[in-house]
Amino acid sequence: MKHALILPILLPLFTGGLLLVLHQLSLTVKRAISMLACWALLPIAIWLVLLAGDGELRTYALGGWQAPFGIVLVLDRLAALMLLVNAFLAAFALLYACRGDDEQGPNFHTLFQFQLLGINGAFLTGDLFNLFVFFEILLIASYALLLHGNSARQVSAGMHYVVLNLLGSSFFLIGISMLYGLTGTLNMADLAVRVGNADAGRAPLIAAAGFLLLVVFGLKAAMVPLHLWLPKAYATAPASVAALFAIMTKVGIYAILRVFTLIFGSTAGAVANLLDGWLWPLALVTLAIGILGVLAARELRQMLAQLVIVSVGTLLAGIALGSVQGLSAALYYLIHSTMVAGGLFLLADLIVRQRGNEGGRLVLAAALRQPLLLGSLFFFGAISVIGLPPFSGFLGKLMLLRAVEPGYSALALWSIVLIGGLGMVVAMSRAGSLLFWRAAYDPKDESIHAPKSDGLRLLACIALLSCSLLLVILAKPLQTYIQATAAQLLDLAPYRQIVGGGNA
Amino acid sequence: MEAVFAITLGIMAASGVYLLLRARIFPVVMGLTLLSYAVNLFIFAMGRLGTGVPAVIGKSTEYGDPLPQALVLTAIVIGFAMTAFVLVLALRGLGELRTDHVDGQERRK
Repeated sequence: MKHALILPILLPLFTGGLLLVLHQLSLTVKRAISMLACWALLPIAIWLVLLAGDGELRTYALGGWQAPFGIVLVLDRLAALMLLVNAFLAAFALLYACRGDDEQGPNFHTLFQFQLLGINGAFLTGDLFNLFVFFEILLIASYALLLHGNSARQVSAGMHYVVLNLLGSSFFLIGISMLYGLTGTLNMADLAVRVGNADAGRAPLIAAAGFLLLVVFGLKAAMVPLHLWLPKAYATAPASVAALFAIMTKVGIYAILRVFTLIFGSTAGAVANLLDGWLWPLALVTLAIGILGVLAARELRQMLAQLVIVSVGTLLAGIALGSVQGLSAALYYLIHSTMVAGGLFLLADLIVRQRGNEGGRLVLAAALRQPLLLGSLFFFGAISVIGLPPFSGFLGKLMLLRAVEPGYSALALWSIVLIGGLGMVVAMSRAGSLLFWRAAYDPKDESIHAPKSDGLRLLACIALLSCSLLLVILAKPLQTYIQATAAQLLDLAPYRQIVGGGNA
Repeated sequence: MEAVFAITLGIMAASGVYLLLRARIFPVVMGLTLLSYAVNLFIFAMGRLGTGVPAVIGKSTEYGDPLPQALVLTAIVIGFAMTAFVLVLALRGLGELRTDHVDGQERRK
């Protein structure tokens, strides 16, 4: 069916609109509608992954206007994979939210659906300006979701996030319009052709536009030095929103991957492989700073936010390698880090709920109500996120370390990743022992009477964390798919044929 | 005309950046607004500057590029919504945090 491509955009759009119109309905009905739409994205995404699995590029010309004159959606393996990751994460984040997070303010479900609309659209679009529009949709929904719950801390963290992203949008527009002024097109595939054919005199300007786009996507992806907004924002967001935000940095990573392999990739003439020599040091610095942040964090959710930065650094390192091995390591790590980060944010909320006044601060507090259950989950998540065997983090890091060619770059990456791993072990075990072991058991203490964790909340958290195990069990077929994805990304000829009829 | 246009954009963008760095909510919002004006004019200019060229094909021998004008419209609408959101957020911040510093607290002396 040829309209399948637009379903992941239309479904959240109409659900969001419907929920907005029917806002006076009871919360139960709204939850049911929202859950139904969100879980329906899963089979659609699986279907699209199967469709894309044959390696053909599918395009969908909106309104029947063919590329490069109209806006097209493009489905390749990467887009389908990202849609599936997003659908899976969102399904369980929403399940968690339905147990209370959505009561803290009006229109939570509408915003959640619009957030999904923006994310899915950004993954599917084949047009640079359309990418900007979907970025804005996901951003404005994320502003409101971030401030959901209305505490003063959220307002101050939200201010940084909003102002920085508005500035980023301005940069994005400058970059896009420069590219348009120089090449006369906004379709990514067409841009790839025209940038490749541009005369050398225009190369510096095109390169400038490319680097402006890197700044924008780097800001979204929380690449050092544009990462400062992230820890505060993620640490103050409601748990389900923070879990969904685990994919927001990956939207930036996706955009870097898309734009800099397609438009500024190997066929870009004078600006070919624009990021060579830039992305690699940035990735390593991001990794190192992230690890220092993990060690320095004094609050549980701040620490998890710093772990997100570490994962961004790891992903960028894989992309910077530029080879099929490097890209497939990055993609595997992307799935792993999104799921585990989402699961850990949910787990942190479950822990904080049983800690009374101390909340997430890493100080001595009374014992938890369910130390064994939450402790084992934390142990499981920590091992996975640090990258110790036998979980998916280990496989991802191993793939990355094997992808790098021997030499100085290998020396740098191996030492940062391995020493960083040690740093994360120290930080996580310090946090874990403080949270679960060093607490004094005092029967008169009120936190013993804290309510037990809600069953569905636990289910959502466990489902996301157990993805780590699933990724290991399914490593073989996944690896095949991901390597095909990376190979497809680097083979630009089919993309360039999208323009001018192609297989539209 | 190009020089005047470029200088105007430069002054607007520079003022916008200066105001952004003031780190007080109201100047920051004004800075963002100025910057987005500059960006909108920049997008417009990327369709090439000219006088007396209609954006409709067939009315005259030369015609202006209609696409940047459509992009500017989209950018204006989005920028407008975002500015409105920042203003509401700023008012909330002022009410809850009792300060107009963007960090949510006054700098320690």
